[in-house]
Amino acid sequence: MSRHVLAPTSDIPPGSRKLFTVKGRPIAIFNLEGDFFGMLNRCPHQGGSLCEGVVTGLVLSSNPGEYTYARKGEIIRCPWHGWEFDIRTGQSYCDPERIRTKAYPVDTASGATVIEGPYVAETVPLQVEENYIIVDV
Amino acid sequence: MNLQIRDTPATQTSSRLAIADCDIHPAVRKASDLDPWLPARWREHLASFGGGRRLGMQSGPAYPKGQPNASRRDAYPPEGGRQGSSLAFMQAQHLDPNNVALGILNPLKSGQGLANPELSAAVCHAVNEWQVATWTSQDSRLKASIVVPYENASMAAAEIRHWAGHQDFVQVLFLSRTAEPLGNRRYWPIYEAAAEARLPVAVHAFGYGGAPITSTGWPSYYIEEMTGHAQSCQAGLSSMIVEGIFEQFPQLRVIMVEAGFAWAPALGWRLDKAWRTLRAETPHLKQLPSAYMRRHVWWTTQPMEEPEPREHLLDTIGWMGWDRLLFATDYPHWDFDDPAYALPLRITDDQRRGFFLDNARAVYGVGA
Repeated sequence: MSRHVLAPTSDIPPGSRKLFTVKGRPIAIFNLEGDFFGMLNRCPHQGGSLCEGVVTGLVLSSNPGEYTYARKGEIIRCPWHGWEFDIRTGQSYCDPERIRTKAYPVDTASGATVIEGPYVAETVPLQVEENYIIVDV
Repeated sequence: MNLQIRDTPATQTSSRLAIADCDIHPAVRKASDLDPWLPARWREHLASFGGGRRLGMQSGPAYPKGQPNASRRDAYPPEGGRQGSSLAFMQAQHLDPNNVALGILNPLKSGQGLANPELSAAVCHAVNEWQVATWTSQDSRLKASIVVPYENASMAAAEIRHWAGHQDFVQVLFLSRTAEPLGNRRYWPIYEAAAEARLPVAVHAFGYGGAPITSTGWPSYYIEEMTGHAQSCQAGLSSMIVEGIFEQFPQLRVIMVEAGFAWAPALGWRLDKAWRTLRAETPHLKQLPSAYMRRHVWWTTQPMEEPEPREHLLDTIGWMGWDRLLFATDYPHWDFDDPAYALPLRITDDQRRGFFLDNARAVYGVGA
């Protein structure tokens, strides 16, 4: 496993997402109100690009006719067949016990720390005054 | 890698095999794309009155689709327009990477279902011209469907005869939910013309018959429509068999499109059991109903049933016959089946080639 510098945190403002390729793997990075999360950008169902889906919430129901809307902005829905995944964990909601997309640990680090290393930052120009998104792959 | 427990696709090579895609949906970029082939009388009519369909006071689909234009959100062409409206993007996103050697176009937003009979015929004809000018003449992998105004059989038969023998058209397209069950005599002139032209009739799920998707009224949810295509197409296929169209037109071939296929064996068993006891009611049938299915009917695969374990499909397909299935993706629609993931089973090379390509080539008479 190695630590990869993906981009300055300012590249992915809260509520947005961006696709990266790390060690040949497509990884979607999401910003949920300042916290960053990463998941393999390949739906475990048929391989749809999750990053291109809609970010939504979770409609829950305890009984027919009763609904709550929760987790607004924390669920990604596959652009093909609409399978829902928890951005924080990669867990699916159609079959949560068995189906998930791989989550990658994401961190942020200051420019000074990153320049000190050891990180992999092949394509990202580093500056001391920036903060960076880091993923372990 | 994914932590899914489901069996992984058997091989990546399935995506690289040359495949047939027997259900591709091209779209117009804008309504005026059809103008070159629409007489002024109908352009003016559409501008003044629009094109009302046989759906009462309703515009748009009977159930909201859950995805824009019922299509993949990653299939918008970069140059703009709705999904499926750009040949260049279809090539780049689908035909080339998925190695589609034969792609069958099924335009759904055609004149089919328009209540005004002459308008329906005029728009169907324009859509057929548009398929050649915009699609099949630009990419030889693509073949077209003759869309016909099937609620008016004489007009529909004339449209088939107009195109009969044209190399770019490989089937006649119906939608499944017709005003009367599909085997009704009012449609026979269409089957006659199709058989005469040696073109299979494809019956694609959806339509504008006006009846609910179920036989017991209008359901509340879209999922019931998605699932209901199976029952509505069983009713349509039963009607075709029992009314005797395959006795009347022994050359006729029928392809059921986008309605599932796992129901086919059970329908055959059910029909056979009932017919043995009720033969005298339909003496024009000379064989068991399932024998007509086995000989005259094919099914496209998408949306594939996904049983667990997936091996159940091997039984189902075995009961139908491995020569009966025609692979389809439904591109660019949202319930697209990816050829790399659609059949994650250990099967023989012959079965795989038939399923993905050779069955389609045989049905459509399109060689390598």
